[in-house]
Amino acid sequence: MRIALFITCFNDTVFPGTGRAVVDVLERLGHRVDFPQEQTCCGQMHFNTGYRPEAVPLVERFARVFGEYDAVVTPSASCAGMVRDNHPVLAEEHGSARLRTDVPKLVPRVHEFTEFLVDVLGVTDVGAAFPHRVAYHPTCHSLRGLRLGDRPQRLLKAVKDLDLVDIPAADSCCGFGGTFAVKNADTSAAMLADKMRGVVDSGAEVLCAADNSCLLHIGGGLSREGSGVRTMHLAEILAATEGGPR
Amino acid sequence: MTGRGVVWLGSPPFPKAAREALKDGRLRANLKRATTTIRDKRLAVASELDDWEALRESAAAIKRRAARHLDRYLLQLEESVTAAGGTVHWAADADEANRIVTGLVSATGEREVVKVKSMATQEIGLNEHLAEAGITAYETDLAELIVQLGDDRPSHILVPAIHKNRGEIRDLFAAEMGSWGRPAPEGLTDEPAALAEAARLHLREKFLSAKVAVSGANFACADTGTVAVVESEGNGRMCLTLPDTLITVMGIEKVLPAFTDLEVFLQLLPRSSTGERMNPYTSLWTGTTPGDGPQAFHLVLLDNGRTDTLADEVGRQALACIRCSACLNVCPVYERTGGHAYGSVYPGPIGAVLTPQLVGIEQTASLPFASTLCGACYDACPVKINIPEVLTHLRAEAVAAKGRSAEALAMKAAAAVLDSPRLLGAAQKAAALGGRALARGGHIGRLPGPLHGWSDSRDTPAPAAESFRTWWRKNRENR
Ligand code: SF4
Repeated sequence: MRIALFITCFNDTVFPGTGRAVVDVLERLGHRVDFPQEQTCCGQMHFNTGYRPEAVPLVERFARVFGEYDAVVTPSASCAGMVRDNHPVLAEEHGSARLRTDVPKLVPRVHEFTEFLVDVLGVTDVGAAFPHRVAYHPTCHSLRGLRLGDRPQRLLKAVKDLDLVDIPAADSCCGFGGTFAVKNADTSAAMLADKMRGVVDSGAEVLCAADNSCLLHIGGGLSREGSGVRTMHLAEILAATEGGPR
Repeated sequence: MTGRGVVWLGSPPFPKAAREALKDGRLRANLKRATTTIRDKRLAVASELDDWEALRESAAAIKRRAARHLDRYLLQLEESVTAAGGTVHWAADADEANRIVTGLVSATGEREVVKVKSMATQEIGLNEHLAEAGITAYETDLAELIVQLGDDRPSHILVPAIHKNRGEIRDLFAAEMGSWGRPAPEGLTDEPAALAEAARLHLREKFLSAKVAVSGANFACADTGTVAVVESEGNGRMCLTLPDTLITVMGIEKVLPAFTDLEVFLQLLPRSSTGERMNPYTSLWTGTTPGDGPQAFHLVLLDNGRTDTLADEVGRQALACIRCSACLNVCPVYERTGGHAYGSVYPGPIGAVLTPQLVGIEQTASLPFASTLCGACYDACPVKINIPEVLTHLRAEAVAAKGRSAEALAMKAAAAVLDSPRLLGAAQKAAALGGRALARGGHIGRLPGPLHGWSDSRDTPAPAAESFRTWWRKNRENR
């Protein structure tokens, strides 16, 4: 199986550690991962903000760069959702005949990281150890977009010494929403305040999720409040071993 | 034909209106309590039905069929209603509908009408229009009464006074009921039973004296001409049966092909709206019946922007809405801001997709952006309207309508960088340098320009010193 990592432009720039963690976990499980250097961005920000034509070259690039792989793995639920739900829409609306045939063929081979581990590789125990109290935030794209269900929790429960705790009203949105957090900053901050209260009340030391964008938002608030709760991408927890957390 | 009356003139854009609403601690508390209670009830009764998903599918399919052949079903409805003794009127917009209703009331010689809660008559601003003609309209739904007495605006489809708590309602009843009819009893408390009794006494007078009623409609069946109103308080039943003349104003999208379709909708609607298995009162009537109920029945079919909405292949699904308000109750944005911030009689997620389509995107451009696209509305909607899909569709329309802007230039520039690994790599290096210059202890506290709204309540990590692609090149590429 030829596996490609789609790191996403955002992780590439701000959270490269998440990409290294995905590579670590997959190599530990005995797989070889490629990183096609021509990859950039899935076009989510442009699509969701109303700039559809601007997103089309990015859809074309994605199809070109990843078309040959058996599996494309990404540590971002929202980018996986963008590819799955909206690349076909953009291909239909604005794409060439070629793109309209290429995109639907590629889409089923694009997997969010936890989907790839549980559904494609069939593993829940990836040999990780992480002796901390951890809460999992099901982001909207993980929960209602990709329907990841309890895959992330099954992976976390198999991590040695990890204490998984629940957060209240876990399924409610954290208020990020991409450009929503800028255009509707006040409403976003109000939603964030409620989410943070739940995280702090849970007693977690670490909050994890399958998407760094929501974690940037929640973690930014937790840091500003001096709450002492850290945020980490789930992949980084799965990469941690007895040798010590990364 | 644009939807006149849907939006409140002079309403600020959503972000600004929301900012004001968020300052109101009492509003936040009222909304949180009300929406979380109803959410849990809805989930409980929906999960009782093991064919819930199949019911949603059927409802969506019936509504799709009704919309596809809307012209045919509306003509069939006109025929059935006429054959059963009713009269059908066609109104292209709010003005025409208001003129028709005012004319019908005036012709009876009456100066007062009782009203059953109706979104369509709010949409066209009927009460104000009647008042100009010297006719007083009395709202008889408890929450509508509260809104009317307070000279207020509704903030929820189903519970228009959700923004008020019992103390506020008590004060309003004590102060205002007297000027509309029977005053509130002396020493009125804020006990729910006492408040309901005060409303009951106040309204009973109106029910018994009114000769004309105005209602909306939840459904109308093309094959039989039967019209349905679903309600909880019995005020609707009083209005629909006691007066001599009944005038119903109905959006054209409310037509169902067949009477038997009600089976699906009467299971979905109460569970989705109030979280009940069945609503207390479901009134069905077919034209007129000699010696029983109103002897004159008028059905006003309202377009007011709906035909234009129907022409939009993505946006038209919003016309399937049965106004259950489930999407409002699960919406994390609505829960914080309340309904007034949407500046329209249709608040919440459905308002964000319906209002811009009824009145045009130009004056409502901020509404499709009033959402995080979290998808809770789509999951809850009993007719499976993909609200996030319509939102992003309308965002593209808003951007196209706006033309050149600073944002558009920035987005175009970003697209050029993101379409080039080389430019992206260069931008990453620049961001790493710039970010590290701004950062203290690994975090940036304050961001420039329009991003300050973000940094007002969040720290931002400095971009990594080494991007992933650089790390890969050093550590994996040439192994
Ligand atoms: S859009 Fe759906 S959930 Fe919202 S009010 Fe209409 S029918 Fe109910």
